[in-house]
Amino acid sequence: MKELLAKTAVRRLLITVGVVAVIELMTGPPGSNTEPIYGFSHSFGESSSFFGLFRTQRWVAFFCLALICWGIASVWFSQGPRIKKSLHDASAMPRRAFERRPVRWAALGALLAFALLLPHIETQPFWQAAMVEQISVYVLLAIGLNVVVGFAGLLDLGYVAFYAIGAYTTAWVTGALPTPPLFGHALNPFWAIPIAILIVMFAGVILGAPTLRLRGDYLAIVTLGFGEIITIFANNLYGITGGSLGSKLIPHPSIHLGPIKYDWGLAPVPYYYLTLGFIVLFLVVFSLLERSRVGRSWTAIREDEVAAESVGINPLKYKVMAFAIGAASAGFAGVITASQSNYVFPSSFTLSFSINVLVLVILGGMGSIAGVVLGAILIQTVTEYLSHSPPSGYQPSDLYIYLGALLVTMMIFRPAGLIPSRRRKREIRLSEVEHEGHLDEVLTGDDT
Amino acid sequence: MDPRLLLLGTIWLRLRGDSLGAFGHYLAAHFDTLRLEFWALFVGGVANGLLYGMIAVGYTLVYGVLRLINFAHSEIFMSGGFAGYFVMRALVGAGAPPAGIASVGLITLGIVAGGTVGAVMATVLERVAYRPLRRRNAPKLAYLISAIGASYFLFNLAGKEFGHLAVSTPQPYINHPVFHIFGAPVQMYFVIIFIVGLVMFVALDRVISKTRLGRGIRAVAQDAETASLMGVNIDRTIAITFIVGGTLGGAAGFLFGLGYGVVYTMGFVPALKAFTAAVLGGIGNLRGAMIGGLILGIFESLSVVFVQAAYIDVVAFGILVTVLLVRPTGILGERLGRAA
Repeated sequence: MKELLAKTAVRRLLITVGVVAVIELMTGPPGSNTEPIYGFSHSFGESSSFFGLFRTQRWVAFFCLALICWGIASVWFSQGPRIKKSLHDASAMPRRAFERRPVRWAALGALLAFALLLPHIETQPFWQAAMVEQISVYVLLAIGLNVVVGFAGLLDLGYVAFYAIGAYTTAWVTGALPTPPLFGHALNPFWAIPIAILIVMFAGVILGAPTLRLRGDYLAIVTLGFGEIITIFANNLYGITGGSLGSKLIPHPSIHLGPIKYDWGLAPVPYYYLTLGFIVLFLVVFSLLERSRVGRSWTAIREDEVAAESVGINPLKYKVMAFAIGAASAGFAGVITASQSNYVFPSSFTLSFSINVLVLVILGGMGSIAGVVLGAILIQTVTEYLSHSPPSGYQPSDLYIYLGALLVTMMIFRPAGLIPSRRRKREIRLSEVEHEGHLDEVLTGDDT
Repeated sequence: MDPRLLLLGTIWLRLRGDSLGAFGHYLAAHFDTLRLEFWALFVGGVANGLLYGMIAVGYTLVYGVLRLINFAHSEIFMSGGFAGYFVMRALVGAGAPPAGIASVGLITLGIVAGGTVGAVMATVLERVAYRPLRRRNAPKLAYLISAIGASYFLFNLAGKEFGHLAVSTPQPYINHPVFHIFGAPVQMYFVIIFIVGLVMFVALDRVISKTRLGRGIRAVAQDAETASLMGVNIDRTIAITFIVGGTLGGAAGFLFGLGYGVVYTMGFVPALKAFTAAVLGGIGNLRGAMIGGLILGIFESLSVVFVQAAYIDVVAFGILVTVLLVRPTGILGERLGRAA
């Protein structure tokens, strides 16, 4: 028995079957407290159609799937390096072409033109609304969190707090909260944009200055708690935030500057262009920052804080900067959400929100701006597709299960993300090759 | 703190309250409540503190050997709660709750079920979310993210399989006051927690300080490389550490579920507080985890007098931030090897 288990092929088969069983459970029907067995038994026993070909019980279909995966895995483990190399060779030409500057600019221009035309290509109201509320807002949040997690290497699990502060600032400035508005009279949400960004950056400094002295794992827990506390306060301070009832009606933004007059109304498309403009702005600022002295300092701190400090970089200062700068785009996203949907509710700023944004960053690739944007668009589009036309047996809350599984899978198989940033990839490789000095930090486990 | 001191404080505030104005009256009123309720709150605080301590042990042990925070420990706690819930539901019938020896047996069974499921979950977690990364010697951020992903996956899967509504565990005993401390009744529920918590802590402390197994864990905590050269099997030691932490966490989950009911998100807040307790006592330090748990539980319970119930979590979190900033090594200091 033990010898049989020691064989790689057998072990691989068992692992594949196990993974597929978990997938079966994830996609199966839900159980309940009164019938906890239902979910388990029907995940395996229920009859379902196998890609429309024939009807069979779920476990048969999934067992076939497991066998297919096992076959692919076996081929990959024996032929993997060769396939990888041939793919690498085949893609060498386009990759080299892409490294030339004019080609890159042309590609970026084409992407921007596509983004500008998108509302005219996709005219379904559902998708137009989704482009603003779900995709653009999350792209903003993802590129902001990327500054904190990707560039500076600080795990912030309370990122939702900045988004909430942005949204509540909008409500405050426009006089939609029980508290009197900031400047005595209600302002247009358009003016909330700079105010919210400033307040959120200030909040980043206030939160960051004490907590960023902490080690990475402590920081994660403290930010987690901070995110919770913001929700508790928003929920309970009835006199200030309106409590769990949320705010009164927040007006739509409008602009009246001399000859320019424009009202953002109910339709999503104008918000799309407003958000797109700011996304481009944030992208430009963040990628310039990445290449600047500041960005290099972040990388240095991320890779080795002690060494960075010894060459004269003040870690705390740059970490707080990362916090504040990363918060800015979340603050703007908060303004857009609040002014477009007219309301803020504390129940929309939960821990799952922070984790959701983290998944976007991890999938795309920590520290890679292009990757993060791709990750956000990819996941949010799939999410929206699932809620638009759910496949049979899918419940909205299943999404979180998939996202959690995705995080673990990415960390095991592709920690640098879909489009890895070059610096990050090198860093991970170096830390994995160089065992020296790391043993006491996190153990190396050897089978032998 | 002696309630008599509080009485003196109250009298003083009554006499001098006018000069302090509204704030004086506020303090006088609240100190009065605190004096009257002190022992009742204290007993509840000790019980909660023991539960926090039992969860905190899981954080501390894993931190000791791996130098990382097991973010998914909250879900081990949750799984223990559900295991106990289902066992109770199967065994405790409708009608009057059982008493006497039947209660003792049922509670023991619940603890065994919670502990076993917790241990299994911890093992699976270590194998799936941690070991592949350890093989690769991945950077620390990767562990944190993997653990958060695992935690997120587990509690949402539990929500799918067991429903999203909170339910109360069928009671295997009659929750009557057993005895009184200074006039404050001590409920059966608290007595169970005292007994189970103390037995588990003493047993664990013995295991870690006296047995060969505990020596292995302490050796790995002190210096993993040297320990492996001395013939300690590191992989096995880490697996056992997870099992020990998982057992206590799962048992705590059952006890918690007995009093407060079970729901798929039940792990989040107690685990955050248990982590606070671990840090308060000095993370990586076993006795520190117990002491930190007790201090946090009592402090939190007494603070009910001064702040609204909704802000209790904020108090615990404030303690965490303060400790981390003022004395990040905690009360007893950090080493697992040295302390036990």
